[in-house]
Amino acid sequence: MIRAFAQAFRQMRRNKAMTVASIFAITAMLFILGLFFSVMVNVESAAEAVKDDYNTIEVYLVDGTTKETIAADQEAVSAWDGVEAVHYRTRAEAMKIMKERWGKSGYLLDGLKDNPLPDSFVITVGSLEKADAIAAKARALKGREDVRYYKDTVGKLLRVTRFIRIASLIAIAVLLVIAVVVVANTIKLTVLNRAREIAVMKYIGATNWFIRGPFLVEGLCLGALSAAIASGVIALLYKRLQAHLNDQIQMILQIPMVDAHTLIINMIWIFMALGISVGIWGTILSMRRFLDT
Amino acid sequence: MAMIRFDNVTKNYRSKKGLDGVSLEIEKGEFVFIVGASGAGKTTFIKLIMKELDADEGRIIIDGRDVTKLSSREIPRHRRSIGIVFQDFRLLPQKTVYENVAFAMEIVRARRRQIRKRVPAVLSMVDLSDSAGKYPAELSAGEQQRVAIARAIVNRPGILLADEPTGNLDPDTAWEIMNLLDRINTFGTTVLMVTHAKNIVDKMGKRVVTLEQGRVAGDVRGGRYHAAPHPENGIYFDPAPAPGENRGKR
Repeated sequence: MIRAFAQAFRQMRRNKAMTVASIFAITAMLFILGLFFSVMVNVESAAEAVKDDYNTIEVYLVDGTTKETIAADQEAVSAWDGVEAVHYRTRAEAMKIMKERWGKSGYLLDGLKDNPLPDSFVITVGSLEKADAIAAKARALKGREDVRYYKDTVGKLLRVTRFIRIASLIAIAVLLVIAVVVVANTIKLTVLNRAREIAVMKYIGATNWFIRGPFLVEGLCLGALSAAIASGVIALLYKRLQAHLNDQIQMILQIPMVDAHTLIINMIWIFMALGISVGIWGTILSMRRFLDT
Repeated sequence: MAMIRFDNVTKNYRSKKGLDGVSLEIEKGEFVFIVGASGAGKTTFIKLIMKELDADEGRIIIDGRDVTKLSSREIPRHRRSIGIVFQDFRLLPQKTVYENVAFAMEIVRARRRQIRKRVPAVLSMVDLSDSAGKYPAELSAGEQQRVAIARAIVNRPGILLADEPTGNLDPDTAWEIMNLLDRINTFGTTVLMVTHAKNIVDKMGKRVVTLEQGRVAGDVRGGRYHAAPHPENGIYFDPAPAPGENRGKR
């Protein structure tokens, strides 16, 4: 083990140019992968948040609707087939929620003279098949001003999310294959340089793992180092992006960006696992031919 | 029991025969020259012993073990029982003389103490104690070959294969190497040497196996090297065979 590490570091020092080139290549690969990853995680998180609206129908009430009408309507709606719960949301409550969604920009809402939001019913639908019928019934309620029913929007959003998820997965898979090929070629060059040495080792009776050891460590180090650099760059970039864009995104979409700390920690683990696997697989693939006999 | 036994071994390449039904026995402690023209099957013979190639037919028994049946996992252990020396030495240029020899012991996972004890002893045997710290590039060809021999014997193999070990050496140095191989042989190691050096074969007076087109065309103890059969009788002619020893026929 110690021999493998010592030899791997000696090899990397000796082939500095190749080492730098392959680290650069894998880092670039992981960087692009990181971009896809960040986008995917944010889209997933947004989709999850929006999904909650999928099974709710919001019925805005006309100003001045009497308490009796509200109570009667609430009772009637509760009895509808497929309704799981009906919550009466006051305009003050609605404002509080909006402020929360706006996050740091929430203070802007303090400037409003009056609360422009209406009182509403939030109907939670138990069975989605009955959502259309419930929405239609809600439109016939006496005190309703408008009915907000997000089924189509959410459906479209989920379709887009699914597309982004599949596209990202394909891109990640392609990038991984490219990364493995890059590492395999880098290691192959080192192996070619040492083909004679490997042949001698085989003649003397070295096992394949004895020969492979230093190369595997080299691949592993290349992968790990690239993963560390790529994670660092993405982390820096994401933090900056979040500092600049989070408020705007939150205001427009009502959903915050995924927390940088959580995203980065997860990304480091994933990159390390990917980088190391790519390094090791690249090495194993590139050495196969040399260890045949 | 024979140290090396070939039982009707055939090895075919795509376009030609490497070995064609070769049967041969080499006893423990023997010194045998394998001679023959280029393409006669000498290298194939060595590679089959090392299990670098697989025989198509027949059995190869090395020190009681059927090499043809070895799994790929068993090959390294098999090779550790054989020392090998090449014409081009094949030393590791970035390692010193000491490290080159020690490396062979590291591969078999020998203890450091054992390495520290045995490597200087072997270097002393090949008369290179003073060059232990030098790199191969700083040595003469003869010295490099002696390092290669030291590396080949440091793990005390039962068999030493020498593939044209004097091919790159001047006559005086070649004789130094032959004396060394002879000395190793007297310690009980079976030596198998592939060569084209007629004068060496003739002078050494050891067993000579001649290969031609993948077949054993001659097998003479105390023999001489004949690259071609006698023009009159077609026999790989040995003018002074030891009594009772066999002569090969085409």
